[in-house]
Amino acid sequence: MLTLDGLRIFLGAFQLSANLTVQPGITAIIGPSGGGKSTLLAAIAGFQDGAAGRVLWQDQDITDAAPGARPISTLFQDNNLFPHLTIAQNVGLGLRPDLKLSQTDLLAVAEALRAVGLDGMEQRKPAAMSGGQQSRAALARLLVADRPVVLLDEPFAALGPGMRAEMLALVREKLVGRTVLMVTHDPDDAQRAADQVILVSAGVAAPPVPTQELFADPPEALKAYLGK
Amino acid sequence: MIQKLPAWLAMALVLGLTLGTLAAVGWRAELGRGLSAADWAAVRFTITQAIMSAMLSVVLAIPAARALARRSFRGRRILITLLGAPFLLPVIVAVLGLLAVFGRGGVINSALAAVGLPQISIYGFWGVVLAHVFFNLPLAVRLILQGWQAIPAERFRLVASLNGSVFRLLEVPMLARVVPGAALVIFLICLTSFAVALTLGGGPRATTVELAIYQAIQFDFDLGRAALLACIQFGLGLSAAFVAWQVTPTQGMGRGMDRIVQRWDQGRAAVDAAALSLVALFLLLPLAMVVLRGVPGLIEMPSAVWAAAGRSIMVATGSAGLCVVLAVALSLRGGVAVSVIGVMPLAASGLVMGTGLFVLVYPFVSPRSVALPVTILVNATLALPFAVRAIGPAVADVKADYGKLAESLGMQGWNRLRIVVFPRIRRPLGFAAGLAAALSMGDLGVITLFAGEAQETLPLAMYRLMGSYRMEAAAGAGLLLLALSLLLFWLCDQGGRRDADA
Repeated sequence: MLTLDGLRIFLGAFQLSANLTVQPGITAIIGPSGGGKSTLLAAIAGFQDGAAGRVLWQDQDITDAAPGARPISTLFQDNNLFPHLTIAQNVGLGLRPDLKLSQTDLLAVAEALRAVGLDGMEQRKPAAMSGGQQSRAALARLLVADRPVVLLDEPFAALGPGMRAEMLALVREKLVGRTVLMVTHDPDDAQRAADQVILVSAGVAAPPVPTQELFADPPEALKAYLGK
Repeated sequence: MIQKLPAWLAMALVLGLTLGTLAAVGWRAELGRGLSAADWAAVRFTITQAIMSAMLSVVLAIPAARALARRSFRGRRILITLLGAPFLLPVIVAVLGLLAVFGRGGVINSALAAVGLPQISIYGFWGVVLAHVFFNLPLAVRLILQGWQAIPAERFRLVASLNGSVFRLLEVPMLARVVPGAALVIFLICLTSFAVALTLGGGPRATTVELAIYQAIQFDFDLGRAALLACIQFGLGLSAAFVAWQVTPTQGMGRGMDRIVQRWDQGRAAVDAAALSLVALFLLLPLAMVVLRGVPGLIEMPSAVWAAAGRSIMVATGSAGLCVVLAVALSLRGGVAVSVIGVMPLAASGLVMGTGLFVLVYPFVSPRSVALPVTILVNATLALPFAVRAIGPAVADVKADYGKLAESLGMQGWNRLRIVVFPRIRRPLGFAAGLAAALSMGDLGVITLFAGEAQETLPLAMYRLMGSYRMEAAAGAGLLLLALSLLLFWLCDQGGRRDADA
């Protein structure tokens, strides 16, 4: 259970506050652009300076922990793989940040690559793979890292609609039981993949609401955003 | 945190070597004595030769830069690359080449003698200016060429459609903006160029302040006077650097050199061809002479030259290694303080640093015993601005692109350097190391203050051979030095490029 307790983020004149709890499963974060969706993720991941309040994981305060020391994996919009490392090394970083991979580690890496459909591509460099394959490799790293919280900051935005749907299905299938927070600007993605939705607008991140409930009876802010 | 300590150490080292040595010099300077007539003459000579060198360099550079800006021909790229080469060229090797062309028994004097005309002398004021133009004309061409290429293509179209004068409407305003900056940069370089004055200057009428420092230490062992002169040299360098900093345009080097703007006022091709041929001849002939005379000289070299070459390789390697370590440490920290410290050595003079270190170590150890470590330190510091300029932007890119990813994966300290930073900055790292190695390999500055026979580096050995008129052996050593400098640069640069992928 991830808790944002009186979290307030100050960015110049802009302010974002969040007071909410997220249960395991997939939670979409939607709202107008510039509304602070990515800022919210950055604060949870530990990249946002100038925030007040607390971030808790299973009632443990992680507000002051370094990004790498949090029980959190992040997929960014881009640059999720190091171009000079092989796919095996890129995935292996999820196990060992010093890249000293044991035989067992390498087996785990191969297993994760198989799980995302990249069988036997260990020695490829990212440049030799398609955008979809690169996304799968990054997902494989989430699998081996095995951290309970996963933040997706629109990592599939550059993919075509078909590929994106495929990746979301893969996320649903492979990250069962984890707390996944997913920024998206596409309400369809949210409806297709998310169990619940956090609406970020007018400087407030609302507590999560079950997806069907939210879209069945959208609040004013969501109506305005959806243009309905 | 791990990235902070090396940065602090690097900053402390640079500050110690620039300002710390200056403090040492100031502490030893005998101010009460004032300047002698010879000291004043040295100050005047330093300034006049630098002004003359700067003016001649830019005036001669303008036609060549214009030709490069408006002509497209085979070999244009090679010529532009060649214009960058004098930077890697050891000063003493270039001087040897110039002697072979302009010196006694050189190409020009032989030709003059053949037709019964009086001989010219390369020593003294004009020799110093000639060598400085040789080194700085290419730089001036590059700087002014950038000015030409910064004129947008639309302007040429506009002027052509108005049937106006490109020269009056575009070129004169551009030159008025670019030329003063270029001239000041060259003026600054000529103020602190010791080896040229050492080899071609000398005597009461052609002694620079740095040469006077060297003589005060080497011949008179008058540390008080050396320190006083070092203070003056620092003042000169600082004021010139300040002015140059105010006037120099901030655009980057070497961008867009390949672009040729279409224009409608081509002028006479013969004029451009002549300008470029003369510049190419002026640059290539001395180098060709170094090779021509060097090959037979190789067998004349005493074995001490080989030992000196070994020491030079060691010094160059050490200095290149130290330089890139400092540059990486500073670049990782980033920020304004670091960029200021990164350029500080540009205004410093190797001889002033050397004098400061000399008065510091002299009471405790024999300067000879620390000659090579001191040379490594000073050379690394002098090359630092160029290394920071190559490495800094690359490190900033890595931080921007992959900093968060590394952070979120928990990659810290050495792991992050090893796995993320170094592989991604290999190219600029190799280039910077090559530059630092070549500069150190050819350096004939601080080593002259400290070294005895047993510590001499290749440039110093070569200088001593020239001093004892063993010109064949010196020519051989010159060729060896040239080859080693280029080889070290090439090895480092290639090392950075090898299987470097996206």
